[in-house]
Amino acid sequence: MDTVILSRIQFASTTIFHYFFVPVSIGLALLIAIMETMYVVKGKEEYKKMAKFWGKLFLINFAVGVVTGIIQEFQFGMNWSDYSRFVGDVFGAPLAIEALLAFFMESTFIGLWIFGWERLSKKLHLLCIWLVAFGTTMSAFWILAANSFMQRPVGFTINNGRAEMNDFFALITNGQLLVEFPHTIFAAFATGAFLITGISAYKLLKKQDTEFFKKSFHLGVIVALISSILVAVFGHQQAQYLVHTQPMKMAAAEGLWGESGDPAPWTVFAAIDPEKKENSMEFKVPYLLSFLSYSKFSGEVKGMNEIQAEYEQTYGPGNYIPPVRTTFWSFRIMVAAGTLMILLAMYGLYLSYRKKLDNKNTWFMRFMLFAISLPFIANTTGWIMTEFGRQPWTVFGLMRTEDSISPSVSGGEVLFSLITFSTIYTILGIVMVYLFVRVIKKGPNETVKAAHSNDPFDREGHHDFS
Amino acid sequence: MISLNELWFLLVAVLFVGFFFLEGFDFGVGMSTKFLARTDGERRVLINSIGPFWDANEVWLLTAGGAMFAAFPNWYATMFSGYYLPLVVVLLALIGRGVAFEFRGKVETERWKKTWDLAIFLGSLLPPFLLGVAFSGLIKGVPIDQNMEMNAGLFDMVNVYTLVGGVTVTMLCLVHGLFFTTLRTIGDLQARARKLAHKLLIPLAILLVAFGTMTYFMTDVFEAHGGILFAVAVLGVVAFVLAGAFTSKKKDGWAFGMTGTVIVLSIASLFIGLFPRVMVSSIDKAFDLTIHNAASGPYSLKVMTIVTLTLLPFVLGYQIWSYFVFHKRVHEKEHLEY
Repeated sequence: MDTVILSRIQFASTTIFHYFFVPVSIGLALLIAIMETMYVVKGKEEYKKMAKFWGKLFLINFAVGVVTGIIQEFQFGMNWSDYSRFVGDVFGAPLAIEALLAFFMESTFIGLWIFGWERLSKKLHLLCIWLVAFGTTMSAFWILAANSFMQRPVGFTINNGRAEMNDFFALITNGQLLVEFPHTIFAAFATGAFLITGISAYKLLKKQDTEFFKKSFHLGVIVALISSILVAVFGHQQAQYLVHTQPMKMAAAEGLWGESGDPAPWTVFAAIDPEKKENSMEFKVPYLLSFLSYSKFSGEVKGMNEIQAEYEQTYGPGNYIPPVRTTFWSFRIMVAAGTLMILLAMYGLYLSYRKKLDNKNTWFMRFMLFAISLPFIANTTGWIMTEFGRQPWTVFGLMRTEDSISPSVSGGEVLFSLITFSTIYTILGIVMVYLFVRVIKKGPNETVKAAHSNDPFDREGHHDFS
Repeated sequence: MISLNELWFLLVAVLFVGFFFLEGFDFGVGMSTKFLARTDGERRVLINSIGPFWDANEVWLLTAGGAMFAAFPNWYATMFSGYYLPLVVVLLALIGRGVAFEFRGKVETERWKKTWDLAIFLGSLLPPFLLGVAFSGLIKGVPIDQNMEMNAGLFDMVNVYTLVGGVTVTMLCLVHGLFFTTLRTIGDLQARARKLAHKLLIPLAILLVAFGTMTYFMTDVFEAHGGILFAVAVLGVVAFVLAGAFTSKKKDGWAFGMTGTVIVLSIASLFIGLFPRVMVSSIDKAFDLTIHNAASGPYSLKVMTIVTLTLLPFVLGYQIWSYFVFHKRVHEKEHLEY
């Protein structure tokens, strides 16, 4: 197979896999920081137990997130060396800052947090988890600053045959970043929150540690609701922004070939034929696309055929239409999952607030366990839409994907790494789920008890009298 | 005043030196879990002794990679694509090792632990070896063409010189790790670590002398930097002899400091030898990558300099603080996280 395709498959699969763990780390770090804050402020042991129990899951997840992230840092140079040469001057900076500002902070303070329960004062220990949470969020900011440059390149000039940075401030106030960062970060908070809510629902169904899990459910569902709504709000902002900066991506996401007409209707589903460039069996909601694009009920949206003609004028001959079906459907799956998340969180909060979590709502609680998958589906399809929708470009309007790979790396070498990475990732995935289930089944009491000294007669080793 | 290109070469060198000094000892401890620990308890003590640190130590490598990308994109692109397969192995090793620390203690069965022990051992052995091979290649020269593409065959990467380089770096990490163990453990384990470290000093000395001699005859680094490299070598010998003396007197802290100094000097001398090149072309001198033709533009370097000089003191501050928090020795009878 050809090196471009293999390199793309490897980048896509390693990134998607890495991004299962990243939002969980970001979301859980925040929620655990909130739990430990409540412990320090209210002084109730229950909250410490919460921080420790959810902390167990957090740490298993964090380890996988960290190690899969190493590949991300290296594979630009390994597989995309021409890309790295062309944009390194601009793109390298946020990556280096991410390492310096965020990775050091996360890794140092996570060590202090894990091993510091007995060695640090309560407040210092609390500070550690907040710094971990801050570090994970900063990490997202800088990597998204880099990604935003690929979506909408700013703050650079073409010099010596490559992109060179000339305005750092423009890079970190990139309009794309200002909508992409909050959209992504709230999605990450929602991911952590739905994980806690779903697991709590499962344990409540099993009637185990009900007080503990009611509290966890309550905290989780509040964060889930707030973040899910904010994800949608910033998603809408981003869509409006994309209509101007990457109209092709939005047109593909709408499956819109010709003119939309004014007001523009929104296609709920359609059978798309990219060969003939037409759709059949369309089901449309009037006015809605105008609203999604401009926040008003009028206005025309350009179709792919027209944009293709424009791009041929600007960039020369070529096919500028991204994989339409993938972009179209990933967008719809993301929106559907996001909408469902808001509805579930609303109902969940209502139940929790009314203290109706234990009786008669078993169907809902079961559904909440399944709902853990919703943010993962939405995150993944969201990134697929973003990255597929940008094709054929790696950096929009500047550099094409086919020109970005490493000339010195052969297809066979990429195939080798693709196979080995996929194998080790599969193993990691299985082991992680296994360990997650173990910790969840054991529950908070056993988990936290196991963390005490196993030799009660050894005074030196026994720090937990208090 | 040094130029920004020189400053960034220095910073990348400092990051790699820091990486080998810090991760060097946790690589060493990771390797030694295989043959130094006699029981599961001892193995856990070893793992826990590096528990709070290894992740942050590894970030030095990530940051070095990020700094290369930002400051010398062509260096990053040529080296990382040129050393594709060795880096794939390094990544697999680091992945296995990283999760092994977290996963190992989670299930109490023999097979489970053995599996992750193997991941810890190989994950601690392969990266220093392969990185040692790669870095020796940088100064010996690899086939880099006029387009800055490195098209290396197996024997361009793996030959007697680079193998000795790889083994030397691995051995340095092992000895460094054993001295770290003498600092963070007590009793029998500590005594055995000290004894083994002492024994390994002689093979390590032979390796270092062999590698230095080969470097003298097989590379051109002494032509431009002969004076300073000889000075570094003399300092290295002094530190090495002192390490031996301190071990005999059971002054573990000082011995650790001295092997640390040897690591710092060894890695630093690689970068001194390279300067002002970043990669040597074995095809033609004209194709060498240098701190000028591989670098980002002045604006980018300036921004990165400001950001780095602002952040670095904090990073160093809290890392040092974390070592202070966990200065106590680890023993089996206390609660072990891993």
